[in-house]
Amino acid sequence: MLYQPTVTNFYDFRVVRDQERCIKCQGCVTQCSFEANFWDAEREKIDSIHSKCVGCHRCEAYCPTDAISIQPNPSAFRPHGYWTKREIRNIYLNAETGAIGLTGMGNDMSTQPTYFDRMLFDACQVTNPSIDPLREPMELRTYMGNRGREVPVSPDATKVELSTKLSPLMKLDIPIIFGPMSFGSINLNVQKALAATAQAYGTYWSTGEGGLHRSLYKYGPNTIVQVASGRFGVHEEYLKAGGAIEIKIGQGAKPGIGGHLPGEKVLEEISKTRMIPVGSDAISPAPHHDIYSIEDLRQLIYALKEATRYEKPVSVKVAAVHNIAAIASGIARAGADVIVVDGYRGGTGATPTIVREHTGIPIEIAIAVVDDRLRQEGIRENVGLVAAGGIRSAADALKAIALGADAVYVASAALIAVGCTMCQQCHTGRCAWGITTNDPFLAKRQNPEIATERVSNMLRAWQIEMKEVLGSMGLNAIESLRGNRERLRAVGMTKEEMEVLGLKMAGIGM
Amino acid sequence: MKVIDAKNLHYRELNTIIYEAIQKGEKHFRIENVLGQRFIGDGLRGEDILIEVYGTPGNDLAAFMNGPTIRVYGNAQDGVGNTMNAGKIFIHGDAGDVLFYGMRGGEVYIKGDVGYRVGIHMKEYMDFVPKAVIGGCAGDFFGEYMAGGILVLLGLTAQKGEPITGDYLSTGMHGGRIYIRGKVDPSTLGKEAKPFDLDAEDEKILRPLLENFCKEFGYDMKEIMKVPFTKLIPVSKRPYGKHYVPGWHTLTNRKQLVPSSYEENGYPATRSVRDR
Repeated sequence: MLYQPTVTNFYDFRVVRDQERCIKCQGCVTQCSFEANFWDAEREKIDSIHSKCVGCHRCEAYCPTDAISIQPNPSAFRPHGYWTKREIRNIYLNAETGAIGLTGMGNDMSTQPTYFDRMLFDACQVTNPSIDPLREPMELRTYMGNRGREVPVSPDATKVELSTKLSPLMKLDIPIIFGPMSFGSINLNVQKALAATAQAYGTYWSTGEGGLHRSLYKYGPNTIVQVASGRFGVHEEYLKAGGAIEIKIGQGAKPGIGGHLPGEKVLEEISKTRMIPVGSDAISPAPHHDIYSIEDLRQLIYALKEATRYEKPVSVKVAAVHNIAAIASGIARAGADVIVVDGYRGGTGATPTIVREHTGIPIEIAIAVVDDRLRQEGIRENVGLVAAGGIRSAADALKAIALGADAVYVASAALIAVGCTMCQQCHTGRCAWGITTNDPFLAKRQNPEIATERVSNMLRAWQIEMKEVLGSMGLNAIESLRGNRERLRAVGMTKEEMEVLGLKMAGIGM
Repeated sequence: MKVIDAKNLHYRELNTIIYEAIQKGEKHFRIENVLGQRFIGDGLRGEDILIEVYGTPGNDLAAFMNGPTIRVYGNAQDGVGNTMNAGKIFIHGDAGDVLFYGMRGGEVYIKGDVGYRVGIHMKEYMDFVPKAVIGGCAGDFFGEYMAGGILVLLGLTAQKGEPITGDYLSTGMHGGRIYIRGKVDPSTLGKEAKPFDLDAEDEKILRPLLENFCKEFGYDMKEIMKVPFTKLIPVSKRPYGKHYVPGWHTLTNRKQLVPSSYEENGYPATRSVRDR
């Protein structure tokens, strides 16, 4: 038995290989970008270093003889309800390196509640008819932005004319937008798939803060171009290319902290798109240094509106934090057309684990309180409201809309559609599925056409699912569900939770 | 030349007049009685466009600008050259805080003093190298987070013996160069940058910038060059590299898990994906 230092024990997975079935093709060795599988020339067989396995199942998926299965490591710490494996390993990691542990994707803590799973939809029975979406029209289209509270007409009685000047609106044929993921955090193949799908389905995708690659300018009208604190790739032409502009203040997976694309990931194409030299760190400061107040935010919103001659809606994206209702009210008053609230389950390409797991509030609660506040202040119709961060399904999307959102951002789910298995190693840049990596060898694992088809299929399926659920509730338009909390009931919530969410307990009628 | 009287004009009206005139082919503007109108030159393109501003323009002058030249005969406020891509700005007076934030290209010359957080996160890329020369003194956080470009501070307005910069000079700097006329007090310096004397290359960069400055504002080049400059450059391109660790699996020491005899026999213990 070899001596192993503590940190290499108690790993997560074992690569279990049926040596009878293994034909020694070494496919698993090629496929594993984390170098867990290796060819042992002396023994003439393939073996694995289990501790390097991240549980992404790439080798398993590509094994031609189904010889591999990735299994949880049965070797465990003595069970402890308080000092869990997660806590013990975090201390080992800190002790070994003296550094902050990083991770990718969204908060994976099962100990924190998921309110989506404690809400149930209503359905029509006997006294009100449901609608069959297969045979009857069903409207999923929605317009986001400053829709105005009234439609003034000219006072001249002989000639009635609208004197309203409409602000630019975002037209969504389906209330699902692909959330911001930068070129750098994901590669161009995946961005192409998102852009092409957004165009085909009449919705938007977002550049994230990495600029817009030249080859994607043709998707401009369906693109949300982001302006973040690092201002990477932001220039006059980029702003004019987009269909909408988003000011990124915060991100649900890392509220209050900036971004950091390490220099080794800034390759040729990324350098061109972000407009920084190859190999230099792309550091986004935690705040925008020209925004220290709502007045300053207004200044940036109007700087962007002036630069694009008031032709594009400007949205502001913030992480869901304790004071979110007041913040959202401020954003609406600062002149934003859309507010995006990103909940604490939201994903990321890289974040300190401690921030991902312990900062922010659930999106369900954030949307409910923001919608309430904007209604109370009479400014709800002045802004669109987007729920982002951890939307896993059409059901989550509908629940968020019923709580008050106009639309949702979907990002992690779109990555899962192209093969992501939630191994949470995005920050390493070694994604074996070729999604969150720009290593050319790995990135070519994503074929943009196949990826487009898969993401499109997901949207199509969600579209049908949404119509089906709306129909069962007797609604024929997504607008009728927006903020309609009467169609939701709560199970397993405390009184306070139901109060904050504005929901009734299951069993209580109209 | 189009002359605009900005008196009592809202910035939206003023900027619409400028924008529409440019659409009709106008190249040269003279705006009089400017008093706090924001966003002048915002998002404009075209290298042959010249805007002369008389008075005090408001915040975000030349934000997202891509080519034009702006001359301000007066003071400017906050946010000059915010995320600017190309063009030239001359300010015959002082300017406020957060100037040149995220500026990627173009040149700015300011005759007088500037406020806090000037040159924050300036960056350069290929032929885009943003340059700024400031005749007076600067407040705290000069060149903070600087990722590229050139900042020059002359301190011509300084009282004798007084420092020409504030505290936290060049904090978080990871690219670009700052030239400061005179010595830098080490106690004001952020820990990510170090002071150096100028070499021949620096002289080559600095001279044309100072010549432009002297020509515009009527200073004597010889007078300015009497005091030697200090150069500040970052210690590291990755100031925060050691703060983070990617995760559990990277701690694995492969050699302790694979018998050493394999590698001694000339077989690589593992094959990297890059070997293929």
